[in-house]
Order: sequence, then structure tokens, then C-alpha cells
Amino acid sequence: MNDYILEMHGISKSFPGVKALIDVNFSVKRGEIHCLVGENGAGKTTLMKVLSGIHPYGSYEGDIVLNGQIMKFNTIRESENTGIAIINQELALIPDLTVAENIFFGHEIMKRGLVDWNETYKQADIYLKKVGLNINPRSLMRDHRVGTQQLVEIAKALSKNAKLMILDEPTSSLNEEDSANLLRLLKELQKQGVTIIMISHRLKEVVSIAETITILRDGATVYTMRADEEEITENKIIKYMVGREMDNIYPHRESCVTDEVLFEVKDWCAYNAKSGQTVLKNINLKVHKGEIIGMAGLMGAGRTELALSIFGNTPEYKITTGELYLEGNRVRFSSPKDAIKKGVAYATEDRKKNGLILIQDIKFNTSFANLDRIRNRGVINRNEEVVQANKLKESINIKAPSVQQILRNLSGGNQQKVVLAKWIFATPKLMILDEPTRGIDVGAKFEIYTLMNEMVKQGMSIIMISSELLEVIGMSDRIYVMHEGKITGELSKSEATEQKIMHFATNTEELS
Amino acid sequence: MSENKKTGREYGKTLVTNLRNYLMYIALAVIFIVFQILSNGSFLTARNITNLINQTGYIAVMAVGMTLILIIRQIDLSVGFVAGFLGAAAARLLKAGVAVLPTILIVLAMGVMIGLVQGLIIGKVGVPAFITTLAFEFGFRGLLTLITEATGTIPIQSDVFYELSNGFIPELFKIGDLSGSCLIAGAISMALIVFSEIRKRKELKRYKFEDMPVLLFILKLLFFVALIGTLTVVLAGYRGISWTIVIVVIVVAIYSFVMNKTKVGRYIYGMGGNPEAAQLSGVDIKRILIGSFASMGLMAALGGILYTSRLGSATPTAGMGFELDAIASCYIAGVSTSGGVGSVANSVIGAFVIMSLTNGLNLIGVGISYQYLIKGIIFILAVALDVRSRGKKALG
Repeated sequence: MNDYILEMHGISKSFPGVKALIDVNFSVKRGEIHCLVGENGAGKTTLMKVLSGIHPYGSYEGDIVLNGQIMKFNTIRESENTGIAIINQELALIPDLTVAENIFFGHEIMKRGLVDWNETYKQADIYLKKVGLNINPRSLMRDHRVGTQQLVEIAKALSKNAKLMILDEPTSSLNEEDSANLLRLLKELQKQGVTIIMISHRLKEVVSIAETITILRDGATVYTMRADEEEITENKIIKYMVGREMDNIYPHRESCVTDEVLFEVKDWCAYNAKSGQTVLKNINLKVHKGEIIGMAGLMGAGRTELALSIFGNTPEYKITTGELYLEGNRVRFSSPKDAIKKGVAYATEDRKKNGLILIQDIKFNTSFANLDRIRNRGVINRNEEVVQANKLKESINIKAPSVQQILRNLSGGNQQKVVLAKWIFATPKLMILDEPTRGIDVGAKFEIYTLMNEMVKQGMSIIMISSELLEVIGMSDRIYVMHEGKITGELSKSEATEQKIMHFATNTEELS
Repeated sequence: MSENKKTGREYGKTLVTNLRNYLMYIALAVIFIVFQILSNGSFLTARNITNLINQTGYIAVMAVGMTLILIIRQIDLSVGFVAGFLGAAAARLLKAGVAVLPTILIVLAMGVMIGLVQGLIIGKVGVPAFITTLAFEFGFRGLLTLITEATGTIPIQSDVFYELSNGFIPELFKIGDLSGSCLIAGAISMALIVFSEIRKRKELKRYKFEDMPVLLFILKLLFFVALIGTLTVVLAGYRGISWTIVIVVIVVAIYSFVMNKTKVGRYIYGMGGNPEAAQLSGVDIKRILIGSFASMGLMAALGGILYTSRLGSATPTAGMGFELDAIASCYIAGVSTSGGVGSVANSVIGAFVIMSLTNGLNLIGVGISYQYLIKGIIFILAVALDVRSRGKKALG
């Protein structure tokens, strides 16, 4: 019964100045789905990099025992040859190659020294079917959605004959539907004898899929729970992750909603300037002063498009009809600059790609959207900037030695707090937050929620776009649900349930 | 525990960063010493240093413009022949009897216009900068040949124009062999530096920031004073301060101010760091791009004027390779190849490094073929050192 495919004994790994892993023990039974959880920086990814040879033998202490033998991987290629496949959080696909080329990239099917294209496409088709994809292997990777791309990655792993598959946050960029799809596929692969290690922040998924869960904290194994030995719950996992019982993930807030309408969108229609595709159809919504509006929906429902088109990003989204009212006055923002000036801020969903300037420090980013606040007769006062940035850093608890810290060196949660600091510094009336807690740990999430509560208390209004249903329900005063560019439902906090939201988000009849 | 260690590492990093900022000066010092030895003491003479500075002027101002372009992740390959053409245009205007000041203003305006057009093609039409500016390089090479075709070389007939790159600020009096104006100018700049440093320190105190200990502060001031003092005395021993120095100092002062103290400067750095994020933070990135190219055009025009003035004539090949010297100056001075990082003052020092190589190699009689070889090797070494000290690879 105790047939372990993998045992990692006493693994320690240091980076200059930091101990990333301290004497970690990690054992995986053959054929199980084993989830690895922990806060950001707990060492999950590092552990998997040690296992897959990205951190080569000799750069860590301890033993990797695979099928009873000690392994000494020097490269990722060597670990692949033993049947280990790692699928990273950021997908390693090449957008301008075909699906089949991607699947066999690095281990092409050869015939007399040349690539055998017929066989390549034939084989690719077989592996695509295995992961439940019905797409043309000759189509370009870039034409497929993230959900599909994720599945192609798995097909690629299968084509390498993977026996032990490691998935690092496979669902973090997927919507609920694609996530469910992926989890089903993992179950299916498990039946075919593949052992799966999954790193995930989505505890609900973890609870639903894992036979065994190993929890890491600060580079050490704190606990391993097995579904056949004890009942696994999210709260239990969280307790071990953070080392404290968190009875409520969402901080309590007295409603700050006033009767005064701050912002209104009327009959808003827009299309994508590049593809010509209609992305928004007759959007109508209202935001009251002091209100948190949740925007729920599946990926591609048009929520980000709505935010960007309101925010004045007109080169990308052309508005055909529609009106905006801010504090009762009709407005239209010609550019993000204009929107910010009139009191609307938009924090993007991807902080690294288009939210922050990572090579600059905290103070530079904090003041960037509102330099007028530190200018005196046109001249920037750097000392004033440090003082102001420091005040914000303290009040929203950005963990860094100083405001001179370069953002690249901060954790995801702290980077996200800098995003908020930047927009708070711009003193908007309406703040649009797109996926404000994506990819950050539970502790940092709680702090962001507390911060949002603080903001509405001071009279700001928030539109929060989120794909996490519980977050939408937990934080919003009122919820709009979108589906394919339309608002399909509106729910008050008291009537919102996950089922109801999903029903609107998929635009299906509610099953009783 | 780990918290403490991290801070320790941060301190280490700050130290490395600071060293990196002075790497240029160290490189310059090394070059000076090496050539001084190899040339048996004829490199570090008042005459040669003056010469070196006047030679560097046109590349220095173009490197200033190029710094902005490289920071916002663009490139300008056209400035060589744009400068060459504009220099020739200045010569033609002077020949036609236009006065010096209007000539300079017209040529500078032409530079801005050329930059604007390029900026518009890149920013509004969307042709990549590499291609647009390469096309302009071709075009202006043609135009330069065209306006110098009839006469060949166009001599400069204005003494005032000639003085720009060859003249010195007027002599007020002499103290022994030393130029009085030069000493006064040196004393004024020393006073200015001491004054501004003290003001900065007071400001820091007002904001209750920690500053360096008094002793260290005084040492720093003494270092600056000694540096400027030495330079002043050296220059005063020959003919004093050239107009080129005055022009370069003014250009660097203006650009440094804009880059460090104004919104536009912030936007340029921000846009270089992440254009999308900058745009969504309210930066009009097209305007910044077009403006940067216009500024580059202005600097190319100034470079062309200085070069033509230096030679005393406009030639059909003027401007060849200037763009590469300007770009090399920036990269040697630590402008990041991926954008967002760089300083105009450093780029000017970078220009001096490149020109002192040329000057020194000429002085010790190295042939032109070997000069290019040596320059190439040193360029790679300098950037490799810079990249390594940043601890990041150019790829990925």
C-alpha cells in the first residue's frame, strides 16, 4: 500500500541570504493527486524546481528518491527522461508556432534527420484528443484561449510520456468553467496511472481534488493530511498555512452605501477596434457613493473591456453609443489621463504586465499617477515624495525595508499593495479594481480587503471585477453579473449565492 | 532573523549600485592614466585636454538626446547624417549671407522638425523606429551629398560661427600664465556646487531624513572642489574655458533638470520601464515619444553645428557614424538595453570615454584600423562589466 513513486528527504536549498527550503520531507504515493499548498514564498515552486532539475544536483541538500532510486538531476532534460514533467505557472508555449509544433517542441519526431511532419500532426491529434481538445493541430497557438493553451501544455507533457506531472498553479488564469474542465482531466489522467502534484492557491479546488495535501510554511513542511485519514476542509488548510485560525476570510464592514449616485453607465456599447468584434452590449449600471460593486462573470464576459472602455482607452475599444455620468454630470473620458483627472482610477488585472513599473521603486510607482501632488511650481520635490510614499507604505502595510525598494524584489501581495497605494495617492472618487487579489496569499488578501473597506468608509466607491465568486459575495454591496458583453443579472449582497451568480454568468436556466 | 539578513543584502546591493554609478569615472581615470603613460606624458596636458573636450562636444550633445530615445526603448540611427546635413545647411546659410544667430536658430528649428516628422511616423503611423530612422539616415545622406555636390566642401566664412567649437570665453586678466576668466568660472562652479549640496543637506534635515555623517559630507565636498579645481587650473594653463564646454554644460544641466525634476522626466523613465502601465497611469505615451524624437532632432542639429564649426567647413561625408558613437556612449554609460534606465550626465561621460580613446590612440600613433578594433573590444568589455554588475542577463 505504501508504494511511493517519489520521496524527497531533508531537502534544503538556500539562495544568497535566504533559506528557501529547510529540511523538507515530501512523499508522493503512486497514482495519487497530491496538492502542495502554502502562502506565497513558502517554497512550493522552489521545491518543484529542485525536483525537476531546474535547480541542479549539488545546489541543494537532501535526496530525491524516485521509484526507490536516488536521482541526481543536472538539467530539466534529465528529469524529463525519468518521466517527470513540470508545467509552470507561466506557460512555456510559443505563440507563433502551431499547436503540434508546440507539443513536440524539444523532442521532435524525426525521420532520417528531418522532422517528420505527417507523423507529428498525426501524433499531436492523438494527444489533443487525450486531453479532450478538439482543435486543429495546425492552428497557431496564439489563436487559442488560455484555457486551451493550458490543456495543450498537458498534451505536451503526455507526449513526453510523463508518469509524474507537476502543475504549478494551473488554474490561476482560468475561469471557473475551464478550471472545472481541467480538474476533470486531471482525475481522468489519474485513472490512467499518472501521478499528479499540483500547486494551488484555490483551496476549494484543492479540497475537491486532492487525496493528499502537503502544507509548506516558510520553507518547511508543516503538515501532511490525507483524505482517507481525516476530513479535509479549507479552514483547516488555512490554519496550517498561516499558522492561525482565520474564522473569517472577509473582514466585517458596516455598509457605507449612501443614496447618492456617484457614477452611472447608460446604454454603453463598444466594439474592439482591431477585430471589429462587439464586446459590450447596452451596459447599464449605477454605483452609489461608498458602495462596493462586484462585477462577476466568466473570463471573456467583457468585464475588463467595460473597465478599459470607460477608462478612456479608446484606441483599443471604440464606443458606438452610451453615456457616462459622474456625480450627475455627463462625462466622457478621452484618455486614461482624462479619466484620472476627473476622478476615476483603474487598477489592471495583471500588475506585472501593465500595472506597475517593476524596475522602479515603491515611491516612483506610488506617485506616478498623480505627480502634481508632489510638484511645486512644476518641479518635483523628491523629499516630499519620500515622505508621502512612506506615509502610504506604513498605513497600508507594504512590507519592505524602505520606499526606495525596487518593486521587482517584492512579493506579489506587496506589489499589489503598491498598485493600490498608487491609485489611493491619485485620490479618485471611483476606483475600478480588476482582480485585486489574483495570485496573492491569504494573509495579503485579507489586508487588501481591509484596505478596500477603509476606502469606502472614506467615501470612495469601488467597482471590483473578480473571478472568485466567494470574494465577490464576501466583499460586494451589490453584484452585477456579465455574460458575453451583457449584464445578465443584478444581485444584492443578501440574495447572492454562488449558484445564482453562475446561473447568470453562464446565462443558463437555474437547476432546481 | 531572515529579515535582518535581507536588509544586509539590500545594503550590499546599494553599495554595488553606487559603485556602478561611479564605474564610468573609474573607467575614464584608467584610460587617462594608461594613455598618460603610453604617450610619455603628452596626453594629460592642458592643450590636449582642451582639445579632447572640444572634440567631444558634438558627440556629447547627441548622446544626451540619444539617452532619452534609448530610455523609452527606441533607437535613432538617423542622427549621423541628419547632423551632417544640418551642419552643411548651416554652412550654406552662412555662405548666403545669413547672420550667425538666425542661422543657428533656423538649423535648430530644422532639427526639431526632422525629429518631429520621424516621431510622427513612429508614433502615429506605427513604423518601427529602427526602420524609420534608418530610412532617414539614407535620405539625409543623399541630401547632404546633394547640397555639397556643386561645391564639394563648403568653408565656413563666419568667425563667430567658427569660434563656437574652437573659441574660448574672453580673457579678462591673467594671473601669471593662468587665464583669469577660467579661474573665475571655476570658482563660481565650485561655489555653486558647495551651495547646492549644502542646500540639499538642509532640505534633507528639514524632512528629518538620515544623511551621511558631517565628516563624510565635507570629504565629498572637498572631492568635488578638488576635481573642479584641478580641471580649472589645467584648462587655465592653456586658453581657458571653451565655448563647447559652456554649451555642453548648459545642455546637460537643462536635460538633467528635466529628467530628474519634472513630470516629463518621470514619464520618460516610467514609459521606458513599462509603456502599458505608464499609459494606464495617465501618460500620453505618443506625445512623449514624439517629443523625445523632436529633442533628438534638436541635439542632432546642435551636434551638426558644433562639428561643422570645429572643422571650419561642411564636407560631403560629415556625420558618418556619429549615431553609432552616440549610441555607444549611452550604452557604455549604463543606459539599459531594455529601457527605463539611464542618465544624461553619465552618457556625456560615456562620450568622453569614447573620444578619449580616439584621442589617446591617435596621440600614441595607433593606426585607424587598430583604433576601430580596440574601440570594439573596449565597448563589449565595458557593457559586459555593466551587465554583470547589474546581475542580470541581457536575455530573459
